[in-house]
Amino acid sequence: MVRGLTVLLICQLIGEVTAKALDLPMPGPVLGMLLLFGILLWRGAPNWLNQVAQELLRVLPLLFVPAGVGIMNHAQLMRAEWLAIAVTLLVSTVITMIVTAGALLLLLRLTAGRKASRNATNYD
Amino acid sequence: MQPTMTDIWVYLAQTPLLWLTATLLVYYLADLAYQRVGQWPLANPVLLSVVLLVVFLTVTGTPYQRYFDGAQFVHFLLGPTTVALALPLWRYAGRLRRMLLPLSGALLIGSLTSILSVVAIGRLMGVSEVTLRSLAPKSVTTPIAMGISEQIGGLPSLTAVLVIVTGIIGAVIAQELFDRLRVNDQAARGLAIGVASHGIGTARALQMHAEAGAFAGLAMGLNGALTALLAPILVRLLGL
Repeated sequence: MVRGLTVLLICQLIGEVTAKALDLPMPGPVLGMLLLFGILLWRGAPNWLNQVAQELLRVLPLLFVPAGVGIMNHAQLMRAEWLAIAVTLLVSTVITMIVTAGALLLLLRLTAGRKASRNATNYD
Repeated sequence: MQPTMTDIWVYLAQTPLLWLTATLLVYYLADLAYQRVGQWPLANPVLLSVVLLVVFLTVTGTPYQRYFDGAQFVHFLLGPTTVALALPLWRYAGRLRRMLLPLSGALLIGSLTSILSVVAIGRLMGVSEVTLRSLAPKSVTTPIAMGISEQIGGLPSLTAVLVIVTGIIGAVIAQELFDRLRVNDQAARGLAIGVASHGIGTARALQMHAEAGAFAGLAMGLNGALTALLAPILVRLLGL
């Protein structure tokens, strides 16, 4: 467990330093994730790392609770407009989800069709 | 003199132990309740925990900062756990490689949709200009969203609230929405959840399916960077 957690923290640390140094619009942990992804493609994932990752990922919802409670500090900012804001967020989230999933399915079908027709001409 | 209940409370309320324990206990109970009601979407454990803790803190007159002194130990794990999202992603690297182009296209479309739709609907609903600016980056992870909000003239602290509410909305509706629309491709589900509702949505996606979680994590990261590039341009184009 210590080994796995250390690897995760080192990746996060490198991510944080890189983000700061290059002034990138990405949080350190996200860069750390991409870095670790690169390492895994190269070396594969050892069991000890998999285990720690699984344990942590299982409690991911819990980890958002402290930040979530933070809305109590600023909730009064939306008091005047809360209903309009709630409707806006709900509708926009639904639209974004539908459009994104739909776009991927459509593009997958388009590229699959192109590949298939290319294969077909190859066999001609 | 024997210490009274109030003395003990005053002592405990100052220590990180109380609020750390409260966070874990409330989440444990919320998750238990969620399972009890057959994972009814509105009983989402993050939503329940936040509501319960906010009520409890308000009733006891505890400031958020004191609560966070204890809860920060849980909050800290967000960093390494975000890094750990690389593992499910790696497991689906083969599929990821085969669909790199469609994925990039859908990511761009999703990112644009998120910003444009929230501004358009917000306008329709008649929210103020500063709120519109604060809404624009609502789909991306909090630190990025707050930075964008500041840059485009929104209120970063309002954005932080909007981001969390968006994440919870996404986590609550995702499964129901995709089941009804019969979107069964886990990559499409994950991508959409990650683009629309960042980390809180990703946490939900991971519970739905490992593949959905993997793609949600990736989408969350990339959409953060993409929104940082797109939002300032779009806000200028829309004449906000």
